[in-house]
Amino acid sequence: MTCLPDRPPGAPALGLVIDLDTCVGCQACATSCKQWNASGHSGPLPDLHPYSAGAEGVWFNRVHSFEAGEGAAGRTVHFPRSCLHCETPDCVTVCPTGASYKRAEDGIVLVNHDACIGCGLCAWACPYGAREMDEVAGVMKKCTLCVDRIYNETIPEALRQPACVLACPTKARHFGDLADPQSAVSQLVADRGGQALMPDLGYRPVNRYLPPRQRQAESQPIEDQPTPLDIKNPLLRWMDRVLTR
Amino acid sequence: MKPAPSIVFFTVASGAGYGLLFWLGLLRPTGLLPQAPAFALTCLGLSLLLITAGLLASTFHLGNPQRAWRALSQWRSSWLSREGVAALLTYLPALCFGFALVRGASGLAVAAGLLAALGAAVTVWCTGMIYASLKPIAQWHHPILAPGYLLLGAYSGMALLAAVSAIGGVVGGPASFIVTLGLAGLVLKLAYWQIVDRLGPAASLASATGLEALGRVRPLDPPATETSWLMREMGFRVARKHAAVLRRICLLLGFVLPMLLSLLAGQFGGGLAVLALLLAALTVLAGILVERWLLFAEATHTAALYYHG
Repeated sequence: MTCLPDRPPGAPALGLVIDLDTCVGCQACATSCKQWNASGHSGPLPDLHPYSAGAEGVWFNRVHSFEAGEGAAGRTVHFPRSCLHCETPDCVTVCPTGASYKRAEDGIVLVNHDACIGCGLCAWACPYGAREMDEVAGVMKKCTLCVDRIYNETIPEALRQPACVLACPTKARHFGDLADPQSAVSQLVADRGGQALMPDLGYRPVNRYLPPRQRQAESQPIEDQPTPLDIKNPLLRWMDRVLTR
Repeated sequence: MKPAPSIVFFTVASGAGYGLLFWLGLLRPTGLLPQAPAFALTCLGLSLLLITAGLLASTFHLGNPQRAWRALSQWRSSWLSREGVAALLTYLPALCFGFALVRGASGLAVAAGLLAALGAAVTVWCTGMIYASLKPIAQWHHPILAPGYLLLGAYSGMALLAAVSAIGGVVGGPASFIVTLGLAGLVLKLAYWQIVDRLGPAASLASATGLEALGRVRPLDPPATETSWLMREMGFRVARKHAAVLRRICLLLGFVLPMLLSLLAGQFGGGLAVLALLLAALTVLAGILVERWLLFAEATHTAALYYHG
């Protein structure tokens, strides 16, 4: 059914919080996502011409790099982009077959690959470019929030998290219930001013992005300060050493 | 947006087919058209041929066409599903119309013809709304889009009707309708281009990344060095280069030339009128084909912001 479900009051809204301050753009989340999902709920994920020119395939998570701001205040921001598991996702309501659906119990947006006709309309309806067509199977694929991991009782409890979250070496990715204001992820969003993407379009995304922290106004790059080697006179160099002790 | 040939062909062929069915059902009772059953049956056959060819072409666009029947289930929320349901339901009065024409049941023919006209209009409206309801695509998510589909469907259907009715010996009425509808279509297309040329994308890269506080945001490195389905589907950029020329071709072929030919046909009548109106129908279809290709190619999707800024 592609009408949006009536979410029971207090139902969790599972999602990700991504810290753009600490993301280093290493692509570990993207590759671990690909590795897990190639054999899980959405597997196999196609890779066309994997070992030659024109290599491409389906990825649920893609890491962009952007430049933001100007001059000294400008910075490079690495930006992982995946499904935001919106509260009012048009990708679900436009689906003509009922293959695309949002789960009432936790808000995860999924595709039933057995009912998908591969028309691609859901991908057109998603402003975030989160859905990718599997052109081999002829069906739409997308981030499942690792639905086959997070409830999987055959793996240790600590590992019941999305693969991208577990793989992140800088702990820039956090998984949790964004409907609960007391949850760790909600606290993080409140503390750091977490942003919803393209809020004006009205999709009410669940995932949040934490903007880079403000730079310390006084901080000078360490290499700009004079080192003892910059003092040519050996007597003055010795005095500098004694006085800084 | 990538102009998939199957969808461009579908919307043009089915649009013209439904337009023809609409005018046939609506105008036949008024006596403006040739009254011979052979005329109505020819028009009906042509419209159903175009509709069916278009609908079949649209299934080539699907990854799993054998499951297309599932698309009839979600009419409560999906305009694509509504389009499918309306398209199939319209066959019922249209076939009933044909049956009544063959049997000479004039009362039933009028009623079924009017119902078929209604079904045709509803189907084309649903087609327009599929595109008009997509918020990430500013050039489509506009109140002018769905009426445009209706008007151009009606216009191309009238061009076909005029050509067939000229063969049946009636020129004046349908030919003058071409001029009226063509003028309306011309104004609508000019207004549409005026609107989309002033329109920015539906969002900015800064709001797409949540980095508005930092200032201007621009792409530095894409996620992959090679292309992807997403890029081919939503990053299509060939059109911008030729858009101005293609718009002129569309106006000339789709509107100016057929209107002149219709005026010519109205003036001279006879064999020349048949030739002129046949030619007008062909140029209308060619012009609408260019128009539809441009409608896709000039549309921009917010997902492309992440790549192109």
